[in-house]
Amino acid sequence: MSVANPRLRLVNDSETAVEPVVRLRQLNRHFGKNHILRDLDLDIGKSEFIALLGRSGSGKTTLLKLLAGIDQADGGEFTAPANRTVVFQEPRLLPWKKVWENVALGLPGSEGRTRALQALEEVGLAHRVDAWPGTLSGGEAQRAALARALVREPELLLLDEPFASLDALTRIRMHGLVDALWRAHRPAVLIVTHDVDEALLLADRVLMLDQGRITLDEPVAAARPRTLADPQIQAQRTRLLARLGVTPKGEDRP
Amino acid sequence: MTSIVSSDSVARGSMGDPVRSLKRIASKLWNPRATSPLLLLLLWEIGARTGVIPPRVLAAPSAVVGTFMDMTLSGELPWHLGVSLLRVLAGLAIGVAVGAALALAAGLTRRGEVLVDPPLQMLRTLPLLALVPLFIVWFGIGEAPKIGLIALGALFPVYLNLFNGIRSVDAKLVEAARVFGLSRRELIRHVVLPGAAPGFLLGLRYALGVAWLCLVVAEQINAASGLGALVNSARDFLRTDVIVLCLLVYAGIGLAADSLVRALERRALAWRPSFLEN
Repeated sequence: MSVANPRLRLVNDSETAVEPVVRLRQLNRHFGKNHILRDLDLDIGKSEFIALLGRSGSGKTTLLKLLAGIDQADGGEFTAPANRTVVFQEPRLLPWKKVWENVALGLPGSEGRTRALQALEEVGLAHRVDAWPGTLSGGEAQRAALARALVREPELLLLDEPFASLDALTRIRMHGLVDALWRAHRPAVLIVTHDVDEALLLADRVLMLDQGRITLDEPVAAARPRTLADPQIQAQRTRLLARLGVTPKGEDRP
Repeated sequence: MTSIVSSDSVARGSMGDPVRSLKRIASKLWNPRATSPLLLLLLWEIGARTGVIPPRVLAAPSAVVGTFMDMTLSGELPWHLGVSLLRVLAGLAIGVAVGAALALAAGLTRRGEVLVDPPLQMLRTLPLLALVPLFIVWFGIGEAPKIGLIALGALFPVYLNLFNGIRSVDAKLVEAARVFGLSRRELIRHVVLPGAAPGFLLGLRYALGVAWLCLVVAEQINAASGLGALVNSARDFLRTDVIVLCLLVYAGIGLAADSLVRALERRALAWRPSFLEN
């Protein structure tokens, strides 16, 4: 794997060459006659940020569920860290527990609240720690879900289209937040997304899944912090969209 | 200057125009929906006083109030009421406990569902009150058949609603809780039971209503004490005032029980959006 940012390349090359955090070899998953994942190979390096693109039904969610340990593969080699966690598309907060209790859910020991409060402060939700989840806005709820994932200090953070149901402005803010959190905590991240822009703004490496196979695996070379105006990003965006079957007609972005 | 103006306006606001402020108080106290019931009550009273409604058909409201005072002061009404309440409480305690235990067994384990659910689904189709003769054969005519009938009546709504509540807990929340490393016990405690609580409370509300109905039936069949016994002896002596009084007590307790469960819901389900808006 190669990453253009020289600092990142140092980290990634030295770590992944030795031992990736996630290692999948010849992984298969069937549901009845449907072959969802076919002989899939994938390595995710320590602290690497990967975006997984693909059309609906390409197997993205199945792959994420396998990585999360919610689902079992039908064959192949599978290695993933025990300390992994997920932010789902819906916040999935327990409505009968206050925000901080949701974040502290399942944490051992008595310092659950302290750690929850720290995590909530980090995602900018310190003022809502004692609120009921039912009173949160969509963006706030997803921040709480991020805090709940972060507080576990995961080696692998899985994001399942986490911002798909947020409005455009909130989504931009959430991108900034995820980027900052990733730089602060350095987990390996796999984000499943439909949004090519999101992938290019956040990830070190973009994968594309089609009919259960990885059909594209390329680094995002643009320097961080990234903007969509970056010509390098623009070029890659056009190429990725074409691979996804979207022609550049009618696509004019400043 | 400013202080003079403000004190002047305060004085005018609180004391000026007594007629208008009286009207405002009256309009606050008076609910227009109370008009027709009060009018009916008035007609009833007039009818009774003029002899249009003879006392053996229906006693006058004022007579009912008088009887209420007499029987309360003599201790007769409180004693019968206490006996009835104890029966309901005993029956409810048994019925709710057994119903909840069966619902947990059926809701939390597959084997429990296979064992528990079919017979209960069959039994619940029986009209409850049709079991009364069998209960008398089994338990005689003491307290046991009365409490047993109330318990059985309360069991079904608790079982059905709690079982349904457990099974309709959002699978996505369960999945998320597993990802965050909750054990099965923690999952039940933090996710399944709180998620099923609204169903349980709904069942409890139904159970209270059914228990009260069963009490009426059980006591009127054979009882030496309790509200039903009071109604029975009043019937023998054509005392419609006592019968109407007992009906009012039944209604009042039904209302009180319902608002008790509602208060319980407000406390236990404070997180619900419907309560949050209030």
